[in-house]
Amino acid sequence: MKCRVCRGPAVIDLKRHNANFCGEHFLRFCNSQVEKAIGEYDMFTKEDKLLVAVSGGKDSLAVWAILIELGYQADGLYIGLGIGDYSDISGQYAKDFAEARDLNLHVVDLVEEYGYDVPNGSKAAKRVPCSACGMSKRHIFDRVALEHGYDVLVTGHNLDDEAAVLFGNVLHWQTDYLARQHPVLPERDGMPRKVKPLVRLDEREMAAYCVVSGIDYMLDECPMSAGNSHLRYKDALNLVEQNSPGTKQAFFHKFLSQGAPFFADAGEEARAELGTCATCGGPTPNDVCAFCRLVERAGGQPVKLTRAPARS
Amino acid sequence: MIVELRNPTRTVEFDEAMSVAKLLNRLKVDRGSVLVICDGTLVPYDSKLAADAVVEIRNVISGGAA
Repeated sequence: MKCRVCRGPAVIDLKRHNANFCGEHFLRFCNSQVEKAIGEYDMFTKEDKLLVAVSGGKDSLAVWAILIELGYQADGLYIGLGIGDYSDISGQYAKDFAEARDLNLHVVDLVEEYGYDVPNGSKAAKRVPCSACGMSKRHIFDRVALEHGYDVLVTGHNLDDEAAVLFGNVLHWQTDYLARQHPVLPERDGMPRKVKPLVRLDEREMAAYCVVSGIDYMLDECPMSAGNSHLRYKDALNLVEQNSPGTKQAFFHKFLSQGAPFFADAGEEARAELGTCATCGGPTPNDVCAFCRLVERAGGQPVKLTRAPARS
Repeated sequence: MIVELRNPTRTVEFDEAMSVAKLLNRLKVDRGSVLVICDGTLVPYDSKLAADAVVEIRNVISGGAA
């Protein structure tokens, strides 16, 4: 098997691209796919301050590495979720990555700062763990971005993640969610723009990027994610992909180009006027935001949002 | 050949050399869901693995990001 570019020995075969690459040209391929996504969806420029949400897993560490390689100003944010050894080990991967590359990593620990962890928070709020976890992370992403003046929040969602979410939204015809499913969520009410530069790369490609470029990442899965519907949707899509390579890519990217416009009205209807949370000061359609209600039920203490002074 | 797998973590041994494709077929593993790593290096689908190779089959499917 030979590299499509240099005809040297290939290390990976990409069926959906009908291509094989050596290590060097595979890394260049990944960089070019990220650059293409950034340009295609007008995500950000080299003047923007980026905050990359890192979990210690392959996708978030890879996207951080690629953005630095491409010359963007990108710092990291790791959130300690209090999920036992899993959180301790994943946090260490994120810290080691940042330290080895002399990058700036913000660390927020749920237990230390808010007085609760995801396992207890989800029980107290009667939410499934992934829901309580996601809500907590989204709130803290916004908080840290606001406090430190970041323009854009970057996450490591890849093509498989987005295709699985789209599949779930279509199965349940969640039209308001379909309206919002896009690689860029614009800034709103002082919250940063949110972007997903890995939407042109799949999970296998991101894991391969880490292996080829020498990035150590957390291999174990979150013990609380077992059996979640997102994983079942991925399994279903992978079954289709096995026989029809490229199906996931077509499903997601053709939705963006051809399907999403049909749901734009649902998005407008669902976009309620936002007020200010009486507890933390963040945006919410209610008196108290869902995150502060979760913190209160879990017996923790909320943290007031502060905003970085505007840059000239 | 010693083959290490994860989720759950386990080790499988084979006596003979074989290709990556054959190994994945024997283990009933979908090639699109894993990477095959030998001596720290990615190996493609058509590579031949030696009888004394130590091979890691790394699952790449995760529950979410960040």
